[in-house]
Amino acid sequence: MALIEYRDALNQAFAEEIERDPNVYLIGEEVAEYDGAYKVTRGLWQKYGDKRVMDAPISEAGFIGMAVGSSMLGLRPVIELMFWSFCTVAYDQIINNAGCVRYMSGGLINCPIVIRGPANGGTNVGATHSHTPENWLANIPGLKVVSAATAYDAKGLMKAAIRDNDPVMFMENTLLYGEKGEVPEEEYVIPLGKADIKRAGTDITFIGHGRAALTALEAANRLAEECGIQAEVIDLRSIRPLDENAIISSVSKTHRVVLVDENKPFCGVSAQIATLIQEKIFDELDAPIRRVCTLDAPAIYSPAVEKLQLPTVERVIEKALGIL
Amino acid sequence: MTSATAEPEVSPVDYAKAPINASLTKADKIEFLRQLYVIRNFERVALKNYNEGKMGGFLHLYIGQESVAVGTCSLMGENDHVITAYRDHGHALAVGMGMNECMAELFGKATGCSKGKGGSMHFFAPDKNYWGGHGIVAGQTPLGLGLAFATKYKGLQGSCLAFLGDGAVNQGVYYECLNLASLWNLPIVYIIENNRYSMGTSLERSSAFKNCLAGRADGFGIVWDIANGEDIYEVRAKTWTAMQRAHNESRPTVLEIDTYRHYGHSVADAKHKGGYRTAEEIEKYKIQHDPVLVWRRRMIEEGVVTAEEADAIDKQTRAEATASVKFAEESPDPTVESIQEDVYFEVDRQTEAGRTGRHFFND
Repeated sequence: MALIEYRDALNQAFAEEIERDPNVYLIGEEVAEYDGAYKVTRGLWQKYGDKRVMDAPISEAGFIGMAVGSSMLGLRPVIELMFWSFCTVAYDQIINNAGCVRYMSGGLINCPIVIRGPANGGTNVGATHSHTPENWLANIPGLKVVSAATAYDAKGLMKAAIRDNDPVMFMENTLLYGEKGEVPEEEYVIPLGKADIKRAGTDITFIGHGRAALTALEAANRLAEECGIQAEVIDLRSIRPLDENAIISSVSKTHRVVLVDENKPFCGVSAQIATLIQEKIFDELDAPIRRVCTLDAPAIYSPAVEKLQLPTVERVIEKALGIL
Repeated sequence: MTSATAEPEVSPVDYAKAPINASLTKADKIEFLRQLYVIRNFERVALKNYNEGKMGGFLHLYIGQESVAVGTCSLMGENDHVITAYRDHGHALAVGMGMNECMAELFGKATGCSKGKGGSMHFFAPDKNYWGGHGIVAGQTPLGLGLAFATKYKGLQGSCLAFLGDGAVNQGVYYECLNLASLWNLPIVYIIENNRYSMGTSLERSSAFKNCLAGRADGFGIVWDIANGEDIYEVRAKTWTAMQRAHNESRPTVLEIDTYRHYGHSVADAKHKGGYRTAEEIEKYKIQHDPVLVWRRRMIEEGVVTAEEADAIDKQTRAEATASVKFAEESPDPTVESIQEDVYFEVDRQTEAGRTGRHFFND
């Protein structure tokens, strides 16, 4: 297996899907001639040309809405948001058009699009550029929401997202784009709705998505080294559809759970997971469900402090030890 | 017409002589009359039933504007598409949707065009190149651009007629669309149906403009024109010019068509008569500029139909509309189970993707 960066794993997924399906095209700000603001689409414009890789002006409502309209006629746009935070200026197009058109047409119209880009805090760019909108979007029946933590997952999930016939909101992370991971040479696709056990364990379950799953993994490794506690780490990968069985089976085994979530706590993804656990397997719990979320305020700029606003390994360990 | 605020005038040009109209057969012209009556009578009957409490939501009537939908949609070829906003019954019927499926949708029945999931503002018929029916003002304008984009992407010679109201032109997304349409040479015709009022706010109170709304397209290097909407010949001639520009040059057009709604913004709009506009103004339009009567008179003058034949079309379409109410009333409601159908393609089809993971989160 090749060891490649998360961004390049995504890049491979785009190239493979562009070659596989003539209806697939990439569109977004700086995705073509500039190679992508984060170099995720590097080299694709040179290879596939203007038709398949399109630079768009700073006009998110316009080009996202246009892409949605093109999908109604069968095209499969993969739309980059330079930051997912910018979805706010295109919210009508995403929620009302991409999210509702199939329903309101009684199933006559499909919307096979992917909207993708980084959705994370931790880069000292202030509140407006640091939103994690997966919970906002997962609240909309009709949309699917995916979050990739590793290079391997990013490629496999992206290929599934592009082939999916429903609108998929794909959350990436600028802090992970440069992280290397093993990616097979041969083709693979990771179905949406399948969580991944990033670490097996028996004493407690940590559940997260995106970079939070990696924070949980680091905390689990530290707990094992320092305390001999074996935590199981579930990376949701897909938020909607959600791998309920993976959650239930792990928590039924460990009887304790800490949810790690870069969302803000109020109606964050972890709030839904907590509800699900108590509804389905309340009797399996030996301790209250604990959460480690982003501290409940707009993202602070201060580089020294912002990293502490996000879930930290130390907070995960502290919460875990509190229920063990 | 030279000004959006001026009164409609008799067209100085006889657009009946335009090539696209000169080629019309007698049957074509009668069909336009029939379509005008279809829309008029469908909505009259819908209004009666709405007032009897038989349907929910809003009812935005198109009465007074019928010639715009009939004239423009009559030009559509295989790769020409239509999308509009919430005042969508006229366009739906003009592209050939049936009264039954439309009336049943108003009644919220399972036999409605959207299975009772869309309602008055959300009629769809992709098999007729009709893409809705959209409730958010100007929200449909980039979707129309996408239809034009996809047509071009596929190498097809076609266009999208994307309708919006005079109130929609002040939404930012419309200008994003004009920029993209011109920048990328997309085959789209934005048709501003200027009925002079965005809900209860007159054109003058809502929009800053010089002469007309379409002229704003100048800033984007887009050709624009204005048309008198009561004259189907003029509507067709000017729309066809725009469509030719789309088909042959892949260039956008903004076409402002002056028209007038006889009823309120929606049926719930109690202030439309004597509130934000005078009863005299409404009467004047009804008597002098009613597009159904204008076309009817013209057809009688041309010897295409007799008054008796026109009356028969009126009567026939009214009977169809009444029958569509019977169809709607006798149709079943959607099932409670159907609430969660048509949300995800993959779930509906029970594909492997649709069977993987949990998609719905009921309590």
